[in-house]
Amino acid sequence: MTPRLPFHTPGVDLHHLRVITGAQGVAHAMRQIDPDVFPVYPITPQTPIIQTLSQFVADGLCHTHVLDVESEHSAMSAAVGAALAGARTMTATASQGLALMVEVIYLAASLRAPVVIAVGNRALSGPINIHGDHSDAMLARDSGAIQIFAETAEEAYDFTIIGTKLAEHKRILLPVMVGLDGFTITHSAEPVALLPDSAVKDFVGPYAYPSPLLGNQAGTYGPFSMPDSYFDLKYQEIEAVEAALEVFELVAEEFFRLSGRRYQAVEAYRLEDAEAALVMMGSHSGTAKEVVDKMRDQGTRVGLVEIRLYRPFPRHAIEQALAQVPRVAVLDKASSPGTLPPLFLDVAASVANTSKLVSVIYGLGGRDVPMAGLQDILEGVLADRFPPREPGYLFGNKVWHKEGKSWPI
Amino acid sequence: MANIKEMAAHSQIDPRFGSGHSLCRGCGIPSIVRTVLSSIPGPVAVINATSCLEVATTRYPFTAWKIPWMHVAFENSAAVASGVEAAYHALKARGELSEPMTLVVFAGDGGTYDIGLQALSGALERGHRFIYVCYDNEAYMNTGIQRSSATPFGASTTTSPAGRAAMGKPEPRKNIVEIVAAHRIPYVAQAAMSHWQDLSNKVQRAYHAEGPAFLNVLSACPPGWGHEPRDAVRVVRLAVDSGYWPLVEVIEGHWRLSYRPSERVPVMQWLTLQGRFRHLFQPDQEEALEKIQTIIDDEWERMTQRDAQSASWFASEQARRWEVLPTLPDSWEPRLGEPMWEHFRKTPNPA
Ligand SMILES: Cc1ncc(C[n+]2csc(CCOP(=O)(O)OP(=O)(O)O)c2C)c(N)n1
Ligand code: SF4
Ligand SMILES: [Mg+2]
Repeated sequence: MTPRLPFHTPGVDLHHLRVITGAQGVAHAMRQIDPDVFPVYPITPQTPIIQTLSQFVADGLCHTHVLDVESEHSAMSAAVGAALAGARTMTATASQGLALMVEVIYLAASLRAPVVIAVGNRALSGPINIHGDHSDAMLARDSGAIQIFAETAEEAYDFTIIGTKLAEHKRILLPVMVGLDGFTITHSAEPVALLPDSAVKDFVGPYAYPSPLLGNQAGTYGPFSMPDSYFDLKYQEIEAVEAALEVFELVAEEFFRLSGRRYQAVEAYRLEDAEAALVMMGSHSGTAKEVVDKMRDQGTRVGLVEIRLYRPFPRHAIEQALAQVPRVAVLDKASSPGTLPPLFLDVAASVANTSKLVSVIYGLGGRDVPMAGLQDILEGVLADRFPPREPGYLFGNKVWHKEGKSWPI
Repeated sequence: MANIKEMAAHSQIDPRFGSGHSLCRGCGIPSIVRTVLSSIPGPVAVINATSCLEVATTRYPFTAWKIPWMHVAFENSAAVASGVEAAYHALKARGELSEPMTLVVFAGDGGTYDIGLQALSGALERGHRFIYVCYDNEAYMNTGIQRSSATPFGASTTTSPAGRAAMGKPEPRKNIVEIVAAHRIPYVAQAAMSHWQDLSNKVQRAYHAEGPAFLNVLSACPPGWGHEPRDAVRVVRLAVDSGYWPLVEVIEGHWRLSYRPSERVPVMQWLTLQGRFRHLFQPDQEEALEKIQTIIDDEWERMTQRDAQSASWFASEQARRWEVLPTLPDSWEPRLGEPMWEHFRKTPNPA
């Protein structure tokens, strides 16, 4: 088994290799991008991002105005105001904070405010829980914000840079959420290859918002829209979100030329001749790759589809990746009580033959995701053990299905 | 001090708020907006909370605003303004903006006293420089006259209706001026649409303030208050002359009455003009009427005491600099605003 180290990429200046957490990686990317305004409100596990950046500012390493507002609702509101006024703006949040922001994230998308939002993905209350899952991100699923999920600290750093360029691309002008799983990425130290400051600055370029509020003679931003115009305006927003499928690839390609690190909306990992595959996103894709490698070493033909761009959802890339795979388990780190979970539904809408799909919910509230558990999912799928249209739950090393049983297990 | 000729000339040469909006006849909002905007020299940008003002002036693809104007949501205008102000400083530092600019927030009482209070408080504490104008029509008018915490005791609204078992809103109104003054910002004032010169002076002092400034301006709403549109100014003037709505200023923490009626008129005169108080004139409502008079008398007493306590400060050298008001320049560059934002393209016709 070859070790997969994030810094094993050509063209990387090893002088910039650091062992830092994902949160620190995001803060370093922000320091290098040097946004004008950073309106924030603290919440675990986002706090190390805003603390690290605040220290960088205090040490004179960047010029960002850290605007310590009194709530996440105000953080996102100030961010929209600043971004449209003509200043590069970023923020960071998680969980309840993202919940409080959601009203304004919809508005940011509609007003075309390219704000980068680092999200330390965390479970939603209740019960209150500070650990990682994707339920917070799902609140903003339909908001018009672009969402990218990182697998490692390196990716959290890289996606903050890619996300900035994507958000500000003239065909896009939308908020971009960069998801890094709470604790497993935000607080875990890993080797991260930082790019030189000047390379990042050149890559993102100056903030050039078309027709900003300030410096303009006049302009009405955020008018009232009746049924005769709302749909048309919404359609334009939808069109911009869809355009991100293409623009993400362009920006990722440019980032590859700079860093040697190549990202795709959808990564097909060892899918050739696979009898079964997992589909998932976020930090546990790393664990899944280990499981796939191990099972392949033992002669079992399994693979993984890792989704990095969640919104817009890369439907065609998913369809292609899964076309030859006969059995697929879609893993959701979120639930939608009363129906199948969100990632499953997105994948189901992308493939021709949905009968090959099963759903598994895992890791809620930071529940451990052991390699044995992921292996059990793959084995269960291979043995056609799982019922269709019923989610399974990975409570430990084994997938649990209700099937007439009652709680507790 | 700007006189009415100067203000009229200003609003003609530099029209900031145009006609063609759909605010009701007799609505107090447009005269407040015009008085505020034509009392400020130099470029202005407006942040507007969701409200009658926002809805009635920006129906896409039309706009009454000939200056930079932004609306994001209902409860966050002070937070949006905080972000715009931070952006202003960033652009200034980079040399991308040469002219100074005044940031004005317009929000209703609902967007200020209630749902927007937290964002307002945060922005005041952080000391952002903007002029926050609450036009106070004492209820949520845009959604159909529901009570707010600015609705006075006894007023009937659609959610505090008078009926056989209820006499309108049972609680007295919140005192937003005291709440804002407790933030120790440089300038706080209460004004009324009827007293435009007083309002204009206050706007000019607010412009002068090196930090946040707050104005609470009483604004008539004929459908919400239940009076004839032509009586709008009269009703508001009676609110002032009865002492219900004292015209006050809080400058660097010092309170004063900026206008003192020669004789306070009985509050009955103000009440009887408005349908929202009609039920109080049924038999056996004397108690409620007395309570209203008592609330007003107590408040007036408190204001006159504060005014007396501050007299020496207002005679001091420190107070004098607040009398130095900026004057409006004689000539203005005319501005012809782009009606709408260029991103709002028309949807391509699929056919
Ligand atoms: C979060 C949220 N809650 C409720 C509303 C509905 N709403 C829109 S305007 C408004 C009332 C506004 O009242 P006020 O601020 O006093 O302004 P006015 O309508 O009187 O001009 C309400 C309740 C909204 N737009 N947003
Ligand atoms: S309802 Fe009242 S506040 Fe609203 S536009 Fe009409 S008069 Fe003005
Ligand atoms: Mg109101």
